[in-house]
Amino acid sequence: MPLLEVSGLRKSFVSPDGREQLVIDVPRFTLDEKAQAVLRGESGLGKTTLLHLIAGILKPDAGTVRLDGVEISQLPEPERDRLRATRIGYIFQSFNLLPGFSCLENLLVAMSFGKGADRGRAEALLQRVGLGQRLHYHPRQLSTGQQQRVAVARALVNRPRLVLADEPTGNLDQANAREVLRLIRETCAENEAALLLVTHDPEVLSSFTTVVPLEQINRARVQTAEAAL
Amino acid sequence: MNQGRIVLKSLRQHALSTGVTCLSVALACGLLMAVWSIKDQSRETFTQVDAGFDAVLGARSSKLQLVLNGVFHLEASPANISANDVAEIQRQPGVALAVPIAMGDNYRGYRIVGTTTNLFTDGEYAPGRRHGLAVGRLFDAGRQEAVVGSFAAERLGLKYGDTFHPFHGINFAEAHEHEEEYVVVGILKPSNTPADRVLWIPLEGVQHMSGHAEETATDVSAVMVRLRTPLAGQALDQLYNKKGERLTFAWPIGATMADLFSKIGWFDRVLSLVAALVALVSAGSILASIYNSMNERRRQIAIFRALGARRTTVASTIVLEAAAIAVIGSILGLLVYGGILHAAALIIRQQTGVVLDVFAYQPALWWAPLGMIALSALAGIVPAVKAYRTDVAGNL
Repeated sequence: MPLLEVSGLRKSFVSPDGREQLVIDVPRFTLDEKAQAVLRGESGLGKTTLLHLIAGILKPDAGTVRLDGVEISQLPEPERDRLRATRIGYIFQSFNLLPGFSCLENLLVAMSFGKGADRGRAEALLQRVGLGQRLHYHPRQLSTGQQQRVAVARALVNRPRLVLADEPTGNLDQANAREVLRLIRETCAENEAALLLVTHDPEVLSSFTTVVPLEQINRARVQTAEAAL
Repeated sequence: MNQGRIVLKSLRQHALSTGVTCLSVALACGLLMAVWSIKDQSRETFTQVDAGFDAVLGARSSKLQLVLNGVFHLEASPANISANDVAEIQRQPGVALAVPIAMGDNYRGYRIVGTTTNLFTDGEYAPGRRHGLAVGRLFDAGRQEAVVGSFAAERLGLKYGDTFHPFHGINFAEAHEHEEEYVVVGILKPSNTPADRVLWIPLEGVQHMSGHAEETATDVSAVMVRLRTPLAGQALDQLYNKKGERLTFAWPIGATMADLFSKIGWFDRVLSLVAALVALVSAGSILASIYNSMNERRRQIAIFRALGARRTTVASTIVLEAAAIAVIGSILGLLVYGGILHAAALIIRQQTGVVLDVFAYQPALWWAPLGMIALSALAGIVPAVKAYRTDVAGNL
């Protein structure tokens, strides 16, 4: 049984002109345990919306998202939140670190919503991503590459079964992008988490063996809709 | 990292607005505690101060005027009463002690009161407590000698052996200096009663002071009366107030003062209302400050939610933050309270001699902070609802 199974997933938004626009229409998509796959797609094709649906941040209009045997889309919101905290790690293009919190605290906050704070694990992960000397630095004191490394550590801190990465190298220069990508892939493997990464960066795409074109799984024509979000 | 730490982080992140709102809460809380404390303590203290007597006998007037004049040394004496009236009350079987007092002079704004030494030897300003001398001795009846209350001595800089000339009238006027020179032969120990503000001289001193009418030289301003039993008070009330028309028997002293406080109860209510309004405004400032920061908080809330925080968690964090501001404000409010009460106690002591205890326990010391915290938490609900409704996908 695959770790992630998406079936008949549909999501529409109301566009500014008042019309309902279908953004996601994915008949089927699966990802196996510990697998590492990349979804390729240009901006505006519904990549982020699809990840939000998988993470339970958004609720689909129809269809199901099953993660590790649990049907996320049917759960009430508090349980979706709980499941996201404990089984899903999320890496954003714009890092989304908490500016008022240190590197270590960013991880501890994520842990507080999940399985509970474990300072040792948080420190070990930061050490693993090369920030062992910067535990108490705040995001503004770090370079963009370092900030994304904190985000990688945060995504893994609750030992998730699945890590979702939304254009994780989009805001980084080439050298940092390569380094961050390496870290994401290595740490996911080390923590036995599956990785689903979305990007349109050719260099990132070239490093994966499993590349799924988004337009191949999403039948919706979404250019204008997601751009409007 | 628990919710409390997250709240503290947020407070630090918004340090300026946190500081300003904390100060506004401190002011509101301090004001609430001070108003109620001064109100309650004043009522309690003023209705208990009786200088060790049960009643005041004086010329026909209001009981309140006699009490203010005889006990608190405030107000003007309504008129004099004769030596016969003094002798008559002293003969009453129900009277344990009757001490005449005569007023009409001052020394630089502090009242000079003529009396007899049994005020100090037989009178007790509180059960079992007599006026004691810090230095010197009591005055001799036939001499121009004075015993000075502790507060008056301190303020006037009078010491044992100093001399002074009384001034005519109860209000100080430089031009109205009497010729007589009095020597300070004793300083009283502090009693925290109106007696501390008085310069005590022999009764005859006031009666025969130059410029005072010779034909009324045996008159006194009032007689302070201690009764043997409360029943005696009823009999004397009947004798002087119901049957007689010349004199007023102000009894019981505490009830007369309580009557004053119930008459000025509206003033208490206005003060309380002002304090309550300040508290409301302060809670409103917490609401406005957090609400105004919600735009910049949206992304943080969305991140929390993306990391798995529940809507109720982010909303309750906002309520906790509002309550935390009130907690810090209330702690600072204790300083404001101390400051206001200290100043008020100083003024009240200067004006009346009555001492309020700044450190005395008052119920307002717990209900005002708790009320302020509850009110602030309530105010936090409005931005908390906004936090609850934050669109996660749209703010990431």
